[in-house]
Amino acid sequence: MKSLMVILLAAMLTDNFVLSKFMGICPFLGVSKKLDSAAGMGISVTFVMICATLVTYPIHHGILVPNGLEYFDTVLFILVIALFVQLVETMIKKCIPSLYKSLGVYLPLITTNCAVLGVTVLNIDNNYSFVQSIVNALGAGLGFMLSLVIFSGVRKKLEYADIPETFKGVPATLIAASIVSISFMGFSGLFS
Amino acid sequence: MADKKSSLGKELTKGIIKENPTLVMLLGMCPTLAVTTQAANGIGMGLATTFVLLGSNIVISALRKVIPDKVRIPAFIVIIASFVTLIGFLLEGFVPDLYDSLGIYLTLITVNCIIFGRAEMFASKNGVAASICDAIGMGLGFTLALFLMGSVRETIGAGKWFGMEIPVLSSNPMLLFIMPAGGFFTLGMIIALVNKLSHKKPPQEIECGSCDNCPLSGKCDKKEAEGE
Repeated sequence: MKSLMVILLAAMLTDNFVLSKFMGICPFLGVSKKLDSAAGMGISVTFVMICATLVTYPIHHGILVPNGLEYFDTVLFILVIALFVQLVETMIKKCIPSLYKSLGVYLPLITTNCAVLGVTVLNIDNNYSFVQSIVNALGAGLGFMLSLVIFSGVRKKLEYADIPETFKGVPATLIAASIVSISFMGFSGLFS
Repeated sequence: MADKKSSLGKELTKGIIKENPTLVMLLGMCPTLAVTTQAANGIGMGLATTFVLLGSNIVISALRKVIPDKVRIPAFIVIIASFVTLIGFLLEGFVPDLYDSLGIYLTLITVNCIIFGRAEMFASKNGVAASICDAIGMGLGFTLALFLMGSVRETIGAGKWFGMEIPVLSSNPMLLFIMPAGGFFTLGMIIALVNKLSHKKPPQEIECGSCDNCPLSGKCDKKEAEGE
């Protein structure tokens, strides 16, 4: 029985979803240009992750397992996620229109963000309890936000760097991401 | 008739090099980075994705006139998720080793942007035959890119290629290359190489492509911004 704190920190740092599990690379590369949109994206993803876990966990253990229908996991989970993304989108559009503008096309794309589906499936695979699942989702979301915010700072510097023509744009961003990922390797072995 | 054949051929080949989904259109980055620690895994993932793409393209193009426009996105997702469940069963039954090494990333084929992108941009607008060619071409292009990534990372990072040891490299492998950081680095280098070879202006950012084909054009404000 792992303690909740270990699960939270492990999901945030050692098993960071973006930098060590490669989930959610598209928004990581797409939205990390500006600090506020990076933070906004992080918060919306964290929210969707927690809500999706709150709903998918009872669906899996309450409905699918007793009836021997575990293989419907993927289909049902993705529908639940799509529903919550729609909800978040409507909320942000009403409450914070400026954030809605800067997140642009990436907001509906949270549905196809593998980190969200990934965290719900991992919770089931790791046999986490309900509370552990929610803590894991929270950690994963915060870790996602952390890497986005850190990387937005790196990209700010990258804009002023003199990069060879061939490497401009995506290649340079990916190589910068590689260096940030090396720094996160420093956390490995923190919990075993 | 000859004209039709050549256009089908074009659908088939465009995905492999000219519109390679990973290296040129920059879609489906997550599996590209995650499973390519070995060349064999790359091919396995590529073929599994091709299967799902083929299945979903056939079903979606066959049903394109039946599915109402408003609910098409949930409908597509359900069709894709069903095929992912199917390939999961097939791999678990016939190739359990590959099933174990792909792990959670197999489920995550559902949210691979390549499949969703092709469904939206191609299959929902074209006939079944063209969609089959498109799926095979895109799938092979994806497999090729994954194989390339896997080969580079396995050769340098583990000193092996498909499990065969390579004399000099296997005694001093650069472990970093099979770690996450090496994945980002290798992909960056390969995209830079593709840019260099094609003498093209490198993509400055990940674009969503033309707004006319975009599934989200109704919600997106990029289109309005461009119009101003």
